[in-house]
Amino acid sequence: MQTEANTQQQVHHALGIDSTRARDVRVLVMTGYGLNCEAETRAGFEMAGAQVCERHVSEVISAGRQAFTGFEIVACIGGFSFGDHIASGRVYANRLRGQLGDSLATFVDDGGLVIGICNGFQTLVKLGLLPGVGRKGPKLAPQTVSLAHNERLGYRNSWVRLRFATQSPCQWTRHLAGELLEMPSRHGEGKLVWGPEVGSAIEAGQLVPVRYVDHNNQPTESWPANPNGSPAGAAGLCDPSGRVFGIMPHPEAYIYPEAHPDWQRQRATGSLPSYGLGLRVLAGGVRAAYSG
Amino acid sequence: MPVFRFEIETHPDLTRGHSPGEAKREMLPQVDARGAALGRRLQAHLGLQATDIRSRSVYLCALEDVTQGEAADILRALVDPVLEHGTVGMLPDQPDGADAPEVVEIGLRPGVTDSVGRSVLRAAEDCLGRSLTGTVYTATIYRVWGLSREQLSSAAAKLLYNPLIETLQIHDLPRRLSLTVPRAGQSQVPPVATVPVRGMDDEALLQLSQRGMLALNLHEMKAIAAHFAGLGRDPTDAELECLAQTWSEHCKHKIFASPIFYTDPAGNTRVIKRGLFRTHIRGATEAIAEVRTAQGVDPEDAPFLVSVFHDNAGVVRLSEADHLVYKVETHNSPSALDPYGGAMTGIVGVNRDSLGTGLGADLLTNVWGYCLGPPDHDQPLPPGLMHPSRIREGVHAGVIDGGNQSGIPYSRGFELFDTRYLGKPLVYCGTVAVMPVQSAGQPTHEKRTKVGDRVVMLGGRIGKDGIHGATFSSVELDEDSPVQAVQIGDPITQKMMADFLLEARDRGLYSGITDNGAGGLSSSVGEMAEATGGAHIDLAKAPLKYPGLAPWEILISEAQERMSVAVPPEHLEAFMALARAREVEATDLGCFTDSGRFVVDYGQTRVVDLTLEFLHNGVPLGELQAVWQPPTRALTNPEQVASASSANALVDELRTLLTSHNFASHEQLARHYDHEVKGLSVVKPLIGVHRDIPSTATVMRVRHHRHEGVVLAEGIHPHYSDIDTYAMATAAVDEGVRRVLCAGARLDRLSALDNFCWPDPIVSAKNPDGAHKLAQLVRACEGLRDACETYGAPLISGKDSMKNDAYLGGVKISIPPTLLISVMGQMPDVRKALELAPLCVGDDIYVVGETRDELGASQWARLHGWELDSVPRTDLVPCMSRYRAFVRARDAGRVRSAHVTSRGGLAVAFAHMAMASGLQLEIDVDGSRGQLSPGAWLFSESTGRFVMTAGQEHRDGLRRHLGAHGLIRVGSVVAGPGGLSLQTNAGTSMLTSEQLRTWFHAREEGRHAN
Repeated sequence: MQTEANTQQQVHHALGIDSTRARDVRVLVMTGYGLNCEAETRAGFEMAGAQVCERHVSEVISAGRQAFTGFEIVACIGGFSFGDHIASGRVYANRLRGQLGDSLATFVDDGGLVIGICNGFQTLVKLGLLPGVGRKGPKLAPQTVSLAHNERLGYRNSWVRLRFATQSPCQWTRHLAGELLEMPSRHGEGKLVWGPEVGSAIEAGQLVPVRYVDHNNQPTESWPANPNGSPAGAAGLCDPSGRVFGIMPHPEAYIYPEAHPDWQRQRATGSLPSYGLGLRVLAGGVRAAYSG
Repeated sequence: MPVFRFEIETHPDLTRGHSPGEAKREMLPQVDARGAALGRRLQAHLGLQATDIRSRSVYLCALEDVTQGEAADILRALVDPVLEHGTVGMLPDQPDGADAPEVVEIGLRPGVTDSVGRSVLRAAEDCLGRSLTGTVYTATIYRVWGLSREQLSSAAAKLLYNPLIETLQIHDLPRRLSLTVPRAGQSQVPPVATVPVRGMDDEALLQLSQRGMLALNLHEMKAIAAHFAGLGRDPTDAELECLAQTWSEHCKHKIFASPIFYTDPAGNTRVIKRGLFRTHIRGATEAIAEVRTAQGVDPEDAPFLVSVFHDNAGVVRLSEADHLVYKVETHNSPSALDPYGGAMTGIVGVNRDSLGTGLGADLLTNVWGYCLGPPDHDQPLPPGLMHPSRIREGVHAGVIDGGNQSGIPYSRGFELFDTRYLGKPLVYCGTVAVMPVQSAGQPTHEKRTKVGDRVVMLGGRIGKDGIHGATFSSVELDEDSPVQAVQIGDPITQKMMADFLLEARDRGLYSGITDNGAGGLSSSVGEMAEATGGAHIDLAKAPLKYPGLAPWEILISEAQERMSVAVPPEHLEAFMALARAREVEATDLGCFTDSGRFVVDYGQTRVVDLTLEFLHNGVPLGELQAVWQPPTRALTNPEQVASASSANALVDELRTLLTSHNFASHEQLARHYDHEVKGLSVVKPLIGVHRDIPSTATVMRVRHHRHEGVVLAEGIHPHYSDIDTYAMATAAVDEGVRRVLCAGARLDRLSALDNFCWPDPIVSAKNPDGAHKLAQLVRACEGLRDACETYGAPLISGKDSMKNDAYLGGVKISIPPTLLISVMGQMPDVRKALELAPLCVGDDIYVVGETRDELGASQWARLHGWELDSVPRTDLVPCMSRYRAFVRARDAGRVRSAHVTSRGGLAVAFAHMAMASGLQLEIDVDGSRGQLSPGAWLFSESTGRFVMTAGQEHRDGLRRHLGAHGLIRVGSVVAGPGGLSLQTNAGTSMLTSEQLRTWFHAREEGRHAN
């Protein structure tokens, strides 16, 4: 076990995590209703040093105004909430808006961090938390952006290349500025759509912290490097505070080095990393949480 | 009850697009992806070119006490304010200034599961903040421009809808507001009928069986008549149905249980007295367990085989913390009628098998495999059959939706094509689960149901769907096959139920569980009743989708997403409360007893009162006849084979092979299946530099923060059955085992699953060669047993489907005898896993194991139409010692990459390795082939062989390990453009990686688009 602990120390060091401070970061992972990425999201945040509480959405709702008290991070995970019937995240977002809307808005305004991955991102967009331009607490804003069906209809699971913006308020990814990361994309509704005014505000606020890039590392709208046809390769959004971050691909699915499709080649050439690089995104949130 | 009609579509401002001058980056024209997809299907399947197609969602809300104003609120909650617009009522069909479209509306037939409708109802309740009474029905409208009404009408049944489950209307414009809903059910409950079997003669009994879809033979019908004669009464309709379900081939496996008289070609007859299952399948597993015990392989208190054959799935030990659970099912008949719904219920159904094993297991990963007619089949089809390309499309879509929405990745997937699968597609679905060794302080693998425990039904409601599924799958498909046999899955209802069950398991709230699958409550409660010796339930309490079901229908309905659970009375309240909180419907139907009887009431009426003894052991087993005659046919002239086997022909031959259906890439289809949710995948289903080559075996972590892995692979060689099913079965086991060993599996922790799909092996007027097919089954079981025992791979679970014949329009189509062997291996540390792709320039390429002239029934011979009789024979004992030696070399770190030879032999293995590596593989054909022709060496499908690469520093070491096991160095990995170079005395044939990939992907639509 001593070895395991040492390994963890090394991973934290590589991630720039202060283990002692990370231990005080509490992450709420909401589960149920067809969401399904709880185990890997939990494991990822644990590897990044945080404490994780998995809780069924119905229990979170029962807690009412206290729902998010005691947490620094709320994770809206991937999956198929209510089967993605009607539209992805629609029924789930309506329920959260009706039952927890004010608590969630207050949590964010009080300095809480939120990550939405895949279905969680779709939900945050439908809750109006992303891009959240002009949102005035303590209420949620109307939905101003949407995630439409991929231009090539249907769910697709493939690894994508992402580049993180050099300039963005996003607190989850600021340590990744300009860097490339690969991770799996797994969705059927990931094409960002917004009207011109919202588009201008997103551009002005630099609220697209991450984009799909081609083999020349340039943002792309072309399949398959961009799996859904999102404009200018947008793969995620943050709000102006930088504390709320949504991303379509799955950083929590790359928490072991062996998840990478080329890991055997990396092993043969001595370039296999000591941890799954998707952890860097989750670690960004943990660092932001304890750094305040 | 008022009905509100909502219509919602992509906002026309978004779809209209912009002229280049005014286009803004942020306002890209938004495609109506669903409409565009229909356009592509019309084009691809029927060559119809629509100029535009727009889709629209229709929700018909039949809800009590909802006002017009509230309806508008609900609509707003459903419409995406950025993408869509909608209305209460109708949206306009013809935009200003545009031509009139054809307007097609597709809805569901009454009673068909409408899971989207349920979600709309949930959204409506959330919106209004109160629970609502009523139903929401969904439909889809397509507005089509550029096709005539005649074109659409003729496309309708071929492509647009499935009349078994859907309705289609082409509207006249202007459309009139329709508020008609496909309401199901009737107000009157049909009474319980008594069936006067006691007075019936043989003919009447048989007629009763056929008309009632009971699928019981005369012996069985007479046994029932005699039993009730002894009781002095006639059975109720429900009792008869209950017996038919329980005694069905599907549930009782009579062909595998009955004594068989087997006559060999010399005319000698021997008898397999205890039947095939007990003799060969359980027999093999018991023999292996004895050897393990005798050799002290496992610690005494921790046997490898934890629970086999008596539960819903097999359970084996993995670690001190976890067991592994595995089950593979077939869902052939339902998939023939409704490919989408049938296949979806196949995958979510087998999920419930693994979920319902012991006290419940956490679902880890799915496998799928389809044997189908060729997608480009261009001969006329018998009436009643769907074109194989449509079956293929629907089956994939069903398993994709079922698996993805359940949050379960897939590991293995294969497709195999043959015209003999036109009549019945084979749809295999399987699920591996992880079972904590203990839960709530008790062993998880044992059920502990006690007298007095409540019978609780969980999950979906009961409708007429799936009535007679178990008996239907026990007869051949014909024009009269029942439409009720079609079930539609509702993965989200099941996912919520599964999450709830695992929570309840970990709190120790129930004592027993089983799936409601084939036979519905009659089977699930009937089986669970054996634990205590009886059960007593009241069907009037069962929640129904719609009113008016007869009690017998409630009892045997196979409506999906249901489990039956035994709940101790002291936990009932907590169990029900948790179910309510998780929005899972749970109903207390009765209790487990020790009366020795299965008693079913409907309110005050007694519906079933059967002894468990008669229900479970009353079925009379017949003696079956098997007669083995090796095939006699004219063999192909060897010169013909020789001319294709020369060095000059190799490139053309390889191209023909790689572009044929059974080798063509299915990457684009497979990418629609999630293979990475849970974040545990290590060796993925598709690998290589382009991530498009099917992996030899897949590897997955089993729990987070740990390194143990499960290794999965399979073997399936139905074509060898044409020559000898014994060789077919041994080849299937051998390939599955070899595959998992390549990836890194331990040799002493293998387990295997058998799935038999057979043409009817019982002689009858319609089936004169039944005795031969039964002999083929006997030989397959003998091969299976020999291979499993020699390899030490116990069979832990299995399934058989014995009537895979179709009689349509006077044509009979039977599948070839098909045995799927799924092998599950274990590895202590997934970080040591290997793949097939060579990784380093300079490495040696080796073949281990002898290549023989065994081209009979090979893919190469089949493409040429050659009849040859040298089918691959597996020398099990030498193979096993080779595998031991290989595993030692592998574990000593001397192997860099490892692959098997399979269909297509060395040629296809080399091609896959080259494409996966991006490096150059130089193969010295003439230096390696010995006495064989180049063609025979490259395309023979001899079993027992590995192809591997290793660093040059391991040459001596490998010779020591494997020199006695047919090790040949056949070439090396070199720097270069990437590809495969085949060197012979006649010169070098160079195939670049790009060339190989072009062939490999030639059949994939859209692969090179953009």
